Amino acid sequence: MSTKTEAKSPVTNVVELPPVGTAIIEVKDIGKRYGNIIALSDVTTSVRAGEVTCVLGDNGAGKSTFIKVLAGAHEHSDGELLIDGESQHLSSPRGALELGIATVYQDLAVVSLMPVWRNFFLGSELTKGVGPFRRLDVDAMKSITKSELAAMGIDLRDVEQPIGTLSGGERQCVAIARAVYFGARVLILDEPTAALGVKQSGVVLKYIAKARDRGLGVVFITHNPHHAYPVGDRFMLLRRGKSMGDFPKAEMTLEELTSMMAGGTELESIAHELEKTMGADSEVAKTMKAEVT
Amino acid sequence: MTTATLADERIARTSTLAKLLKRPEIGALVAAIAIFAFFAATTDVFATPSGASTWLRGASTIGIMSVAVALLMIGGEFDLSAGAMTGFTGLVVGVLTTEYGLNIWAAIVVSLVLALSIGAINGILVMKTGLPSFIVTLGTFFVLQGIDLAGTKALIGQVAIQGMSNVPYYDQAKNLFGSTVTINGGLVYASVFWWIGVTLLATWVLLRTKTGNWIFSVGGAQLSARQIGVPVFKTKVGLFMTTAGAGWLVGMLLLFTTSTVQSNTGVGQEFIYIICAVVGGCLMTGGYGSAIGAALGALIYGMVNQGIVYSGWDNNWLKAFLGVMLLAAVLLNEWVRKRAETAK
Repeated sequence: MSTKTEAKSPVTNVVELPPVGTAIIEVKDIGKRYGNIIALSDVTTSVRAGEVTCVLGDNGAGKSTFIKVLAGAHEHSDGELLIDGESQHLSSPRGALELGIATVYQDLAVVSLMPVWRNFFLGSELTKGVGPFRRLDVDAMKSITKSELAAMGIDLRDVEQPIGTLSGGERQCVAIARAVYFGARVLILDEPTAALGVKQSGVVLKYIAKARDRGLGVVFITHNPHHAYPVGDRFMLLRRGKSMGDFPKAEMTLEELTSMMAGGTELESIAHELEKTMGADSEVAKTMKAEVT
Repeated sequence: MTTATLADERIARTSTLAKLLKRPEIGALVAAIAIFAFFAATTDVFATPSGASTWLRGASTIGIMSVAVALLMIGGEFDLSAGAMTGFTGLVVGVLTTEYGLNIWAAIVVSLVLALSIGAINGILVMKTGLPSFIVTLGTFFVLQGIDLAGTKALIGQVAIQGMSNVPYYDQAKNLFGSTVTINGGLVYASVFWWIGVTLLATWVLLRTKTGNWIFSVGGAQLSARQIGVPVFKTKVGLFMTTAGAGWLVGMLLLFTTSTVQSNTGVGQEFIYIICAVVGGCLMTGGYGSAIGAALGALIYGMVNQGIVYSGWDNNWLKAFLGVMLLAAVLLNEWVRKRAETAK
């Protein structure tokens, strides 16, 4: 086993990526209606090669709808979606994948009872042989999984173990490594740090930076500005289904981002209220106040 | 590559035995060996070639269906119409040939096409409506049962096919589906070879093809499978069609082995298939199981079914035995699943 792994250096499928800074996806005044419910309207931003676009918003702000449009799960109903400069309507996740847009969902799209290597190649299995004897190339898939994960810094005992036995951060990284291996040019990450502890979140942020450095365009969806700011190049804020603007990092400080996300004055009044009801010494009120001011 | 070497050292700790114990079909294998040993020791005929011939034949048709049902269950669905399908397909051939004089091979093909269409309808209904397959196929089951009884009676005036062996080219079809070979003094029915073939094919598909990967994934986590690009709709409809196709195969095997088929053939067997699949390691919740396990489950069923007769017991004890097996298997599977999902 070890000789095989050594023989094969990390094999990657990385497609030719456009030069850093080139817009891969441009979103222009996009909107999505479900019947008479307007879930998203007038959203404009761009995803560029080698840059991280952060989509920030509180629960129910329309983040999920926005990724569903980009990932091909739902077609947009208004506005324009340009991919490589061409107007597109994505009607299926597979269609999006073919254009190099891969999505890592919150539930990670892994099947917990299946072995890690089967999960890694699910939907894009390697085969050998011809005609009725076409079969899975199990050895190749196992060794690629192992080396790809090693390249991301995950050392697995056994790629045969069910993926459900891995920790949340590890699973997240398997999902990211998988998307990168399968030639994603744009990686959409749906709240990858939401369910993770501080340390694990740091690890995931590292992989986001790693993917960016490989020249991928990354869409990082989160409600935590402290996670977004260190890795983000561009911030798009959503609130109640509407865009509050699309800002390059140069035009934004972490403080501005935080207060804008939480709705500035609104947060201040909550902090004030907390101070009144729980006393100025209360831990919660203190943190809240520190965040606002 | 020190990490790889380290990793290998850690893997080495799992023994071959531990690996074997993780297989879903291991429980069924142990049970099958124990049951064989028990009846071989307590009755005279059980382990003789002629004795084995009987229980192998019984196990074979149940086994083919159980394997197909196991694939479907791994894919996260049930098919309650599977039992009635075995009667329906046989009746179609019987009625078309004996009553309407259609060429026997043409009738066999018509029967297959009908079975696959019903399977496709099952699948499409389940996928398009999002209803549980339990309910959808319960509906199909009753429709088929009604057609089998009322339709047959209306067309040929009785509830069993007669004169099948006088149909031209009957012998050709019998060679394929109903013939026997003598091995070591015992008759081995064609259905036994079909059973082995179907089990091997299903195992190959499950473990060594893309389709197999997709079956596990649609049963384990349908939404995830769709997100990652697995053709969920095609996979599931294909599974329902496979079960229906297996129903057709068993219908043909029964028809050409006995040269007759009754209107109520197969009714009530649908649960036996599910029990055999579960005994073989399939989870009720999908995503986990084995084709070989289901075949072993059917073997257990066949052995107990016949062993009870050889022992001279009341054969209604079979039902009680099946119930106990099912409960034991479900508990064992649940334990295995929890270990697989959480144990490091």
